[in-house]
Amino acid sequence: MTVRSERLRRASLDAIPSISDERARITTTFYKEHLGRHSVPVMRALNFLAICDQKTLWMGDGELIVGERGPAPKAVPTYPELTCHSADDLRILDARPKTSYAVEPSVIETYERDIVPFWTGRSLRDQMFTLLPQEWHDAYAAGCFTEFMEQRAPGHTVADGKIYVKGLRDAQADIARTEAALDLERDPEALDKREQLRAMSIACDAVIRFAQRHADLADAQATACDDPARRAELRKIADTCRWVPAHAPRDFHEALQAYWFCHLAVITELNGWDAFSPGHLDQHLWPFYQRGLADGSLTRESARELLECFFVKFNNHTAPPKVGVTAAESGTYTDFANINLAGLLRDGSDGSNALTHLLLDIIDEMHLLQPSSNVQVSRKTPDVVLKHALRVIRNGYGFPSLFNADAVVEEQLRQGKTLEDAREGGCSGCVEVGAFGKEAYILTGYFNLVKMLELALHDGFDARTGRHIGARTGDPADFRDFDDLFAAFSAQVRHMLDIKIRGNQVIERVYATRMPHTFLSVITDDCIATGRDYNAGGARYNNTFIQAVGIGSVTDSLVALKQLVFDDTTMPLQDLIAIADADFDGHEVLRQRLVNTLPKYGNDDDAADALMTQTFRMLFESIDGRPNTKGGAYRLEMLPTTCHVYFGEVCGASTDGRRAGAPVSEGISPVQGADRRGPTAVLKSASKMDHVKTGGTLLNMKFTPGVLEGEGGIDRLHSLVRSYFKLDGHHVQFNVVTAATLRQAQADPSAHRDLIVRVAGYSDYFCDLSAALQDEIIHRTEHAEF
Amino acid sequence: MATTGLVFNVQRFSIHDGPGVRTTVFMKGCPLRCAWCHNPESQACGEAFVRLGHRCMRCGRCSDDELADPVVSGRGRHDVALCPTGALQAVGDTTTVADLVQAVVRDRVFFDESGGGVTFSGGEPLQQAGFVAEAMRDLRADGVHTALDTCGFARWDDLRAVAAHADLVLYDLKVIDDARHRAATGASNRIILDNLRALSRVHANIWIRVPVIPGVNDDEANVAATCALLRELPGVDRVDLLPFHATGAAKFARVGLDDAMAGTVPPAPGHLEALAAHLRAAGLTTTIGGQS
Repeated sequence: MTVRSERLRRASLDAIPSISDERARITTTFYKEHLGRHSVPVMRALNFLAICDQKTLWMGDGELIVGERGPAPKAVPTYPELTCHSADDLRILDARPKTSYAVEPSVIETYERDIVPFWTGRSLRDQMFTLLPQEWHDAYAAGCFTEFMEQRAPGHTVADGKIYVKGLRDAQADIARTEAALDLERDPEALDKREQLRAMSIACDAVIRFAQRHADLADAQATACDDPARRAELRKIADTCRWVPAHAPRDFHEALQAYWFCHLAVITELNGWDAFSPGHLDQHLWPFYQRGLADGSLTRESARELLECFFVKFNNHTAPPKVGVTAAESGTYTDFANINLAGLLRDGSDGSNALTHLLLDIIDEMHLLQPSSNVQVSRKTPDVVLKHALRVIRNGYGFPSLFNADAVVEEQLRQGKTLEDAREGGCSGCVEVGAFGKEAYILTGYFNLVKMLELALHDGFDARTGRHIGARTGDPADFRDFDDLFAAFSAQVRHMLDIKIRGNQVIERVYATRMPHTFLSVITDDCIATGRDYNAGGARYNNTFIQAVGIGSVTDSLVALKQLVFDDTTMPLQDLIAIADADFDGHEVLRQRLVNTLPKYGNDDDAADALMTQTFRMLFESIDGRPNTKGGAYRLEMLPTTCHVYFGEVCGASTDGRRAGAPVSEGISPVQGADRRGPTAVLKSASKMDHVKTGGTLLNMKFTPGVLEGEGGIDRLHSLVRSYFKLDGHHVQFNVVTAATLRQAQADPSAHRDLIVRVAGYSDYFCDLSAALQDEIIHRTEHAEF
Repeated sequence: MATTGLVFNVQRFSIHDGPGVRTTVFMKGCPLRCAWCHNPESQACGEAFVRLGHRCMRCGRCSDDELADPVVSGRGRHDVALCPTGALQAVGDTTTVADLVQAVVRDRVFFDESGGGVTFSGGEPLQQAGFVAEAMRDLRADGVHTALDTCGFARWDDLRAVAAHADLVLYDLKVIDDARHRAATGASNRIILDNLRALSRVHANIWIRVPVIPGVNDDEANVAATCALLRELPGVDRVDLLPFHATGAAKFARVGLDDAMAGTVPPAPGHLEALAAHLRAAGLTTTIGGQS
């Protein structure tokens, strides 16, 4: 790192996350004045324009890449038109011990006086909740599923390469062409399309004007600057901001700044999930890098410094906090921006290059939480690239994560995408697959598999909420065999998916009609060509995902039921259910038997793994291909983020010996500590799932540092990853840390502030995690050497 | 009737027993009694039982007297199946060749990717030479790289027969001086050295493994004698120095044996490097730790 990069990095790490009410004030004032005067998309675009014109700019000392979403680094704006914090929410955010956000008293006053009164009943969340049926509310309250879009807009998407070859003025020309071709006489949607197109053009103006304001500020700073070197930098920044993103970038610096303005635009207009991501950064920047080296305007070192400044920008952008928070709840500052490296080019050739290695060096050296990073490993990816990534992973930050690029392509082909679009796609957020720049691939919520089995064992009754929320699948005493039990489990899954999907359809239409994302639509194909918004089916591909959680726990629970009740007939089903309902009180010997002596998923044991695949097939058949409201389909994903902790809290004890309230298994990983036959057995078990039928699976593994020592250690890990991918595994990520270290960090957080661990699809500071999540990570099996 | 063997562990992802990612099959029964043994529970021939005290929940199935006795007696497989925590374990499973082959090839994809395979270790695999030869033959025929890890204390015919199916032989060499060897292992090394000389004439791929045990064989004289021997042997192309570590200690207590190495400190890295340098100076490729 250069002195500048180190200083900017340190400033970013030291900055305290805070809440800014500026965006809320501008938006509220705008809505009070303009409500009812414009169509919905134009209203949204004009509100965005008002923010871009009025927001406080930040240009930090020494910065080369400029622009912040808030008035200062880590000052997080709010989005009251979507979801409005109460004054109590803000007080809790300010006071809670972990992942807090500083809130000035004046912000709370503004909220109480202006923001809350106006948005109560008007925010999209309030509107949505009144439209959702009671069955949805009951299931949601019971923890059967979560809902992504009640707090944040659909996002989950990634840029392709178009912004590097076309400026926003070019986009506006395309918009004008579509508008000119509209047939107001015959097309009943022509007016809607015209309003959408005009809104998109306004959004382009907003971003161009936002960039111009930065150019003016840079010039003003340059004029006042005594240091000739910095003055020259500021003039370069001013030139850059005058040119991009209005026009296609001409050099490496402009390319990074062009992306950054698009990034800020996407996350300022709405608070979409997973922020935004640059996609295949090494591939996109490669022509600018080569040209810069060739004409002498760039060196490897100057490119490196620009990239480091670019990385700091991501880390400055803390996730917007939730509303309706409780004091006990902690979240994450991470906003899930995720950079793809290596992978394939559109023509199918290897996409890695010298920038892949440069970026891996930067990821290693800076080890910032954001941006997160992953390597897309195809059969064509050279070993030297994967091994470089593994050396970074060995340092223990949990990144980059590793994806099977060939499986990622195959998954998308199965969904009907073109081969080229599939290759240009990749992974974002945690492990989600999409066609970059061409797809709205929306995660809608986690789905609690353990709760579904619980409902099957209680005829649809949820003891915690005291309501009959599930299907009436009958008294378990009447189950004649395991097939009957599995049929009841399947019926509960389908019943709850029906409720979930009926709710999703409402939510999708609410966003489609009331909350378009006008700027994101400009840079997502084919929104301009069709005159439709990103949130209304304008993207070329529209997949809606449901994320199943707890397949390890549910598999092990099914194994116990099958073996004890139906195969060995050593215990009547009613007895086992009653004992679990009493949280094994007085039955610790039985609980130990369940934990220690039965086949478990994660040990390459065909008896257990067969129930995992049976469950997976049932889930897949229940979800895949069901139509969404955007011309696309529902798909299955297997990832938890941190939801396995919450889902465990709302479930009673399960028949695998898990106690009431304890976390369920995460991703497709085995139950924490249940895998006892080493890493190859885990990978074998996980690979029995048909990953190609998903939109992403998540596998966590934890190694002690000793296993990965030396070149031999890298070679071994390399062969494990290549083997798993040969078996069509989708993704794997590694923690390289001992449980002892984690326990020390728990006992003495102040001495371990910098300890970064992999949670599930993202890395976070260990000391910022909730105690339950810390414990869960400690209990994951630690693979040592033999 | 199918050939059976007594296997006490099938360890996947073994990284110290030959090249690549391997599955190590530990055969039960050993003719030597090395004080530093990592697997003392494997020494006796025949099935035995152990109790892992840290796992025991005192469920009441075993009496307090039994729990106080480190040697498990009067318990059988039925009790193992009923132990709720897995504290009571059988040491040794009677296995057919076909079942063992099936268990090993589960990790084929990892062998293929890493250049790994199967290693037969122990105990002493040549104690069950017929079973091991058959299993190795079948695995090799199925495309699995095979290694034999032996102490060399066996009938030459057995060694020759098994080594014929081994792509690689890991041959333990402890002490060259016979009197010292007897003291350390309870047996003469005459057969071991004769077998090694004979093997090196018929097998082209032998790695010598020297456990470096402080006070037993880590002196210059023993290393010099080791060099003198190995230089003459055509089939030897590598020496692994395996530093003593105390993993056997807990296991000795578990099976009710005295730990003669109690208090022994692992050899210092500098000392290991000096020994390795001596071997390398004699033209022998030498590693510390034996990882590929």
